Amino acid sequence: MLMGLYNYWVVVVLMMIGFYIVIAHGNLIKKIVGLTIFQTSVFIFYISMSKVDGGTAPILVDGVEVYSNPLPHVLILTAIVVGIATTALALALTVRIKEAYGSIEESDIQNQDNLIQDAHSQDALSKASSTDGSASQDDSSQVKHSGEN
Amino acid sequence: MVFDLNTILEFISGIFLLIGCFLCISGGVGILRFPDFFTRMHAVGVTDTLAAGMILVGLMLQSPDGMVVIKLIMILLMTLFINPTASHALAKAAINNGLQPIADNKEKNKKESNHQESESSNR
Amino acid sequence: MKDLYAVAMLAGIYGLLSAAFFVAMDAVDVAITEASVGAGISTLLMFVVITMTGRSESTVRHKPLLALVVVFITGGLLIYGTLDMPYFGATDAPIHTHVAPRYINDSMQEIGVINIVTSVLASYRAFDTFGEVLVIFTAGVGVLALLSVVRRREDDESIDSTNESLHEKHLILRIVSKMLIPFILLFALYVQFHGDFGPGGGFQAGVIFASAIFLYTLLFGLNSARRVINQSFIQLIAALGVLLYGCVGVVSLLNGGNFFDYNMLASDPIAGQHIGILLIEWGIGCTVASVMVIFFFNFAGRHEDQKNAQSEEESKC
Repeated sequence: MLMGLYNYWVVVVLMMIGFYIVIAHGNLIKKIVGLTIFQTSVFIFYISMSKVDGGTAPILVDGVEVYSNPLPHVLILTAIVVGIATTALALALTVRIKEAYGSIEESDIQNQDNLIQDAHSQDALSKASSTDGSASQDDSSQVKHSGEN
Repeated sequence: MVFDLNTILEFISGIFLLIGCFLCISGGVGILRFPDFFTRMHAVGVTDTLAAGMILVGLMLQSPDGMVVIKLIMILLMTLFINPTASHALAKAAINNGLQPIADNKEKNKKESNHQESESSNR
Repeated sequence: MKDLYAVAMLAGIYGLLSAAFFVAMDAVDVAITEASVGAGISTLLMFVVITMTGRSESTVRHKPLLALVVVFITGGLLIYGTLDMPYFGATDAPIHTHVAPRYINDSMQEIGVINIVTSVLASYRAFDTFGEVLVIFTAGVGVLALLSVVRRREDDESIDSTNESLHEKHLILRIVSKMLIPFILLFALYVQFHGDFGPGGGFQAGVIFASAIFLYTLLFGLNSARRVINQSFIQLIAALGVLLYGCVGVVSLLNGGNFFDYNMLASDPIAGQHIGILLIEWGIGCTVASVMVIFFFNFAGRHEDQKNAQSEEESKC
């Protein structure tokens, strides 16, 4: 049983390596590399499932009876191209993040976000206190107007 | 043993393939054992190109079909063009970034130490 | 490992090794795609981004113990889940018994193309491939939206003078690449049209075509590459590729069949299938090549814009 299932275990090990890189590293580029490793391990999973003992590549030639399953090949072809599209978009976002925040370390970005959020909440509090004062003035002026009418 | 054409061809192609494999392995040993970036690249650039050439010639002698031989010849030409150019590009990038070969430094160090020894012996 | 260049290089080597693995698993189409995309384009884009965002990782690392625990638990559960799966290479696994025999046995009579992967990709499952082309196109649009800069037009004279000054410096590389680029383009066209008879098809051809343009851009500068290939022309080609793909489906609708039913495209069903596959592979090739070029031009253009902005600030100070 061990020798029959080792391909799945290799895939699980690779997947967990990619997963660990995504959650444990703070650098955005390393996270993207971890995602790539994760994706490739899923491809290896599907392709290893499609292999048939004694089969050849699924191109019809004379004299060959057993072919490997072509269906996962098609799915993985699509998946590879979609993966590169996602990676390119992720890298573009990384460039913009670097321009906006000045660094691509997750902790730095989080610190700056917290500072911005604190500043915004302070602004909101001060605005709310000033509008409360002006709103009560508006109400009293409206009451006066309606009283006059 | 019957010495017809097929056996001789297989024998010769086997020799080419073995030489190619040996060159590849020696290039790999070179990467691990040489001291400097430039010497390592020299080891890999030369032996890998020749090894790829040998393996391709060995495969050419074994293939039954004319089309396959022509495709292999084209791959061989491309490899002969591209591999040395890639080594050249790597070396150029290394020198542009400031990496100096060890041999220059050793000579400079020897001259400097000779000067220092002669100066200290003169005093 | 703190040097991000080394990380990107290792990721490229990983892609190449997985491509070799795919060849060992008889998946030759997938191997070409993974080799060109994973080991070529993805490594190149990462290098360009690392040039812009800094070469080494700073050393702030929180404790990885919780991550390790989560990873081990998940890994253990997954391995427990694989204990019921069919053995590696078994011929009676469920995956080989439902749809795949029909594709393998009937693909020659129904479609007449000997590469079963191409026939499944382009004819049996053409709708999925349409979605994939749309995803690539959307990624191109996204990168354009995120990274495009309004560039100042440099005169041809300044471009030529820059070229001349750099010519001596990069002499060998320029000459060899000028000899190689026509062959690379020819190989891309060969892979495109040969997808019916061997491994190949639209994606691989598009990526190889784009890599020839990358080679030219890397050696001769972004400005002269933009003179050769106009940015708006590339965007037009990307959109036209998707349009061509969709039109093939709509034409088969108008002729009385289902969406993407190629039997309706010509009087003879097999000829119709061939025409349909040819046209949509052409559309895929156009879109993929132009979107890859859009990626690279925009990343490199952003980098040049940053460099110009920096040098302007320094000259002002």
